[in-house]
Amino acid sequence: MENIEKLKNAFKESLGVDDSIIVDTLAYQSIPEWDSISHMVLISQIEEAFDITIETEDVIDLSSFAKAREIVSKYGIQC
Amino acid sequence: MLLKNQTCLITGASRGIGLAISTLFAQNGARVILTGRDNTRLNDVITTLPVFSLPHLSFTLDVTREAEIVQLFKHLHSENIYINCLVNNAGIMEDSTLQMVKPELIHRIYGTNVFGPIMASQYALKSLIKHRGGSIINLSSIIGTNGNSGQSIYGSSKSAIIGFTKSLSKELAPLNIRVNAIAPGFIDTDMTKGMNPRFYEKNLNAIGMKRIGTPLDVARVALFLASDLSEYVTGQTIGVDGGMII
Repeated sequence: MENIEKLKNAFKESLGVDDSIIVDTLAYQSIPEWDSISHMVLISQIEEAFDITIETEDVIDLSSFAKAREIVSKYGIQC
Repeated sequence: MLLKNQTCLITGASRGIGLAISTLFAQNGARVILTGRDNTRLNDVITTLPVFSLPHLSFTLDVTREAEIVQLFKHLHSENIYINCLVNNAGIMEDSTLQMVKPELIHRIYGTNVFGPIMASQYALKSLIKHRGGSIINLSSIIGTNGNSGQSIYGSSKSAIIGFTKSLSKELAPLNIRVNAIAPGFIDTDMTKGMNPRFYEKNLNAIGMKRIGTPLDVARVALFLASDLSEYVTGQTIGVDGGMII
C-alpha cells in the first residue's frame, strides 16, 4: 500500500469517515468526527501505520490532512 | 490470575510500595516493566518475580527527566511492547514548614510527584489507546487528601495528582481508559522506618486499626484498579489508611 493510502486509512479508521472527505483541507474540529478524543486515536493509528513515534509538538501541530502529510515527512515518510 | 497477559509499567519499583505492587502484579500473571533510578536493584528484584508469560523488564528512569521518559516509551514501542497499565508510584517526601522552604525543594518534589506522573501518563497513553483501554494508577497520599502541618509542599503535590486523576479520567473515559488514585496512610516503608520515634508513635495512635499499613495493603488496591474487577471505576481516589485521622 502506498504511504498516502496508509495515511488516508489511518484517518478513515480513527475518525470513521468516508474516503471522499479525506482531502488536504480536512481540518481538526471542522467535522464532528474529528474531535479531541478521535485526535488521540488518529495519532496512535498514524504511529502504528508508519511505525513511528510522533513528538508532542507534532501531535499539537497536526491540524489538517495536509499538515499530517507534512508531519509524517519529518519522520522520513513521503506522502 | 487477575492480570494474565497484561503488561504493567511501575515507576519507583525497586522498593516499598512499588516493589509490593510489582511483586503482586507478577504473581497475578502480569509481565511487569520495572523502572527506577537504581537499575542494579531493579535487576535483583526481577530475579525474585514469578514469570507466567513474557520475561519482565527493567529500565533506569528518573521521572523528573522528560528525555528519559520519552526514550523509554520510544524503546518500548520500537520493540512492539504496549502497556495495559501504568502505575505512577515514584515519589519523594520531604518535610519543611513553608517559611523554611527553598525553591529547589518545591521543584524537586513537584518534579517527581507531579511532573513525572503527568509526563509518563502522556507517553503511556499511546499504548493504552492502541489497546482501546487500560488503567492508569496514581499514587497520592492521605496528606494529599487531608493535609498536614509541615507538609504543604508534599501535600499539595499529592493533591495535584488527585486533580490530575479526576480530569484525566473524564478525558479518557470515552476511550475506555480508567484513571484512579490511591491515597495511602501511614505505611511501613524505608520512608517511615527512619522517622523520629515520637512522631512514629503519634502517627500509629492516629490509626483506627492500630497498626501501620503494609506495602501489600496498598498493592492489593492497585491490583484491583489494574484488573477488570474495577472495569467501571474511574476518577476515584481510594484511601488505604486503616481509618487514620489527620
